[in-house]
Amino acid sequence: MEINIYGPGCKNCVNLADNAKKAVAETGVEAKIVKVEDMKEIAMAGIMSTPAIGIDGEVKIKGRVATVEEIKELIA
Amino acid sequence: MFTVFERFADLVAYSLFGLQAETRLGDSVHFFFYDTTKIIFLLSIMIFFISIIRSYFPPEKTKKLLSNYRKITGHIMASLLGVVTPFCSCSSVPIFIGFVESGIPLGITFSFLITSPIVNEVALVMLYTIFGWKIGTLYLASGILVGIVGGIVIEALGMEKQVEEYVYQISAGESEVEELEWNDRIDFAKAEVKEIVSRVWKYVIIGIGIGAAIHGYAPAELLAEYAGPNNPLSVIAAVIVGIPLYANAVGTIPIVEALMGKGVALGTALSFMMATTALSLPAMVILRKVIKPKLITVFVTVVGVSIIGVGYMFNFIM
Repeated sequence: MEINIYGPGCKNCVNLADNAKKAVAETGVEAKIVKVEDMKEIAMAGIMSTPAIGIDGEVKIKGRVATVEEIKELIA
Repeated sequence: MFTVFERFADLVAYSLFGLQAETRLGDSVHFFFYDTTKIIFLLSIMIFFISIIRSYFPPEKTKKLLSNYRKITGHIMASLLGVVTPFCSCSSVPIFIGFVESGIPLGITFSFLITSPIVNEVALVMLYTIFGWKIGTLYLASGILVGIVGGIVIEALGMEKQVEEYVYQISAGESEVEELEWNDRIDFAKAEVKEIVSRVWKYVIIGIGIGAAIHGYAPAELLAEYAGPNNPLSVIAAVIVGIPLYANAVGTIPIVEALMGKGVALGTALSFMMATTALSLPAMVILRKVIKPKLITVFVTVVGVSIIGVGYMFNFIM
């Protein structure tokens, strides 16, 4: 599984990536975290407020830093 | 309501530091501790409530709303929605692409993009607490006006060719807007308070510190002469000085308040604050990804001139 972190590299995007790492570590799910930092790609994914998180290219939560618990539910 | 902060400042300035009330230093230190604690407290409370309101206006919803309006109504709606839609400069590019791609006219998109940073929650809270509701409301109204006028001018100039070509080729498609429950909104608001306060508190302290020093020590006659209502060039100078001061938009407000106490004119002060928030180098660098240099120049000129206009208007009527 691929976890996509959308955001141009602002502080919230870093926090979101950290939460995703924690969620992966805590659940032990096989997942690769991929950062999407290109504005074009972010816009093409239909995201207008960053940061956002997606699973295998499908956007799940956007405009805020998803919590570790939320990400666990997404990848479970 | 604020006696607790008054007590705290008394305690620190007079008991802990052993300073005398009614002296220059004593007053400045007291003012500093009173204002910083009060403003950071108010910021936390107000950002919480503003964020609850904002949770009702995600950019996707704003985009949908805006695609129903054209011409002047569109500019007015865009500027008003710019006030309530949560916005940070790092989202301006996806928002720009999303708007333009869905067929919202360029000028209306700019009405949104101009007002959004000028009327931000932190600046509003600081303005209302430091200057009172009259000047706070004046700032809010003129920020909205600058967005409307700026967008109309950009629309009239027909700058569509000055947008990077790829923007028109993107098809973002419809995206779902999450339905929020009450506890989601409260969580969002809490997260916003935490994020914003942890980002701005240092600027608040620095700004109030410099403001306190100006209150006690800056030469009033000199400032009144150069930046008072009688110097016609002061507004222009204020805008030019304000552009590079972006990061300290929050910190500039207490400084400006102190300067006004020394005779700087209201219009000059308002233009200065707007320039620090609306026009900044980092924001230009971000916008450069979607628009060509010519449109950036037009954007800076149109917004700069509108802000100068607001400054003169206030200096004239006050």
